[in-house]
Amino acid sequence: MNAGSTSAILVVAGAFLACAVEMVEALTIVLGVGVVRGWRSTLIGAGAAGVVLAVLVAAFGPALQSIPIETLRLVVGALLLAFGLQWLRKAILRSSGHKDMKDEDEAFRAERAQAAAAGDERRAGLDWYAFTVAFKGVLLEGLEVVFIVIAFGSAQGHYALAVAAAVAAFVVVLVAGVLAKGPLSRVPENTIKFVVGLLLTSFGCFWGAEGAGVDWPGDEASLLGVVAFFALVSLVLVRTLRRRRVPPVPAGAEA
Amino acid sequence: MRYLRSFGRFWWNFIVGDDWRVAAGVLVGLVLTYVLAHNGVNAWWLLPAVVALVLAESLRRAVRRG
Repeated sequence: MNAGSTSAILVVAGAFLACAVEMVEALTIVLGVGVVRGWRSTLIGAGAAGVVLAVLVAAFGPALQSIPIETLRLVVGALLLAFGLQWLRKAILRSSGHKDMKDEDEAFRAERAQAAAAGDERRAGLDWYAFTVAFKGVLLEGLEVVFIVIAFGSAQGHYALAVAAAVAAFVVVLVAGVLAKGPLSRVPENTIKFVVGLLLTSFGCFWGAEGAGVDWPGDEASLLGVVAFFALVSLVLVRTLRRRRVPPVPAGAEA
Repeated sequence: MRYLRSFGRFWWNFIVGDDWRVAAGVLVGLVLTYVLAHNGVNAWWLLPAVVALVLAESLRRAVRRG
């Protein structure tokens, strides 16, 4: 396998996993609102957000390709690093027990409770609460995916691949949600976010340094080395932080 | 003005997130790499090292804060 196809596989994996994990979260919101408030306004809200996201990808993706590749990689690398480190940081904190794991069942229950308690305002023939919550939920979760797809696609020149991977993830999660008829709580969200954070950080570091004028030894082949380095650093950090974690004191143990 | 402020806050949270020091560290690493690379030093090793240190320090602070 040559270096070009390795980076293409990593781009596809990153875009697919990032889209899948964000879609799982968006699905929880849409299901929570739809089950309580009805599906028409909820699906119109989710669909409208999907259209906005598609327009963003179609508008910004090709436009960025007119920027010189070195400048693009420096800017995209810096943004991906800052963004990817947020994902990686949270995933490490969760894996080491210093932050609670995300519970989709709990999020679903909370979403349902809020939807049931909300008032009944109608605008443009729509249940406004269902429309706005579904719209905002899909838009906000989807913006991260749009950012990742545009960044991966433009800096590596695999734009169509990144878009195809994100669309494939969208379809897979949607079908899984329909079959499960509920939130996809068994999806290992933290593990996926860990991998995505690792890929975003590695790509950001690789492109950022390249955009700053560095020649990587072995060119694109060194991308795998960067991924391996950050994987090792992350695992060491998880182990170190796990050891530092103070176990909760059982009730009555102090007496 | 309120919309402008919330728009700015959204992008700040989106890109910078919980710990601004991480973004600042990344910026410093990139600037140092740029300066070295444009003065004849192929410092490919610098940015990964800076990023690893920045991440470790940010996690140490987060854990200490609890």
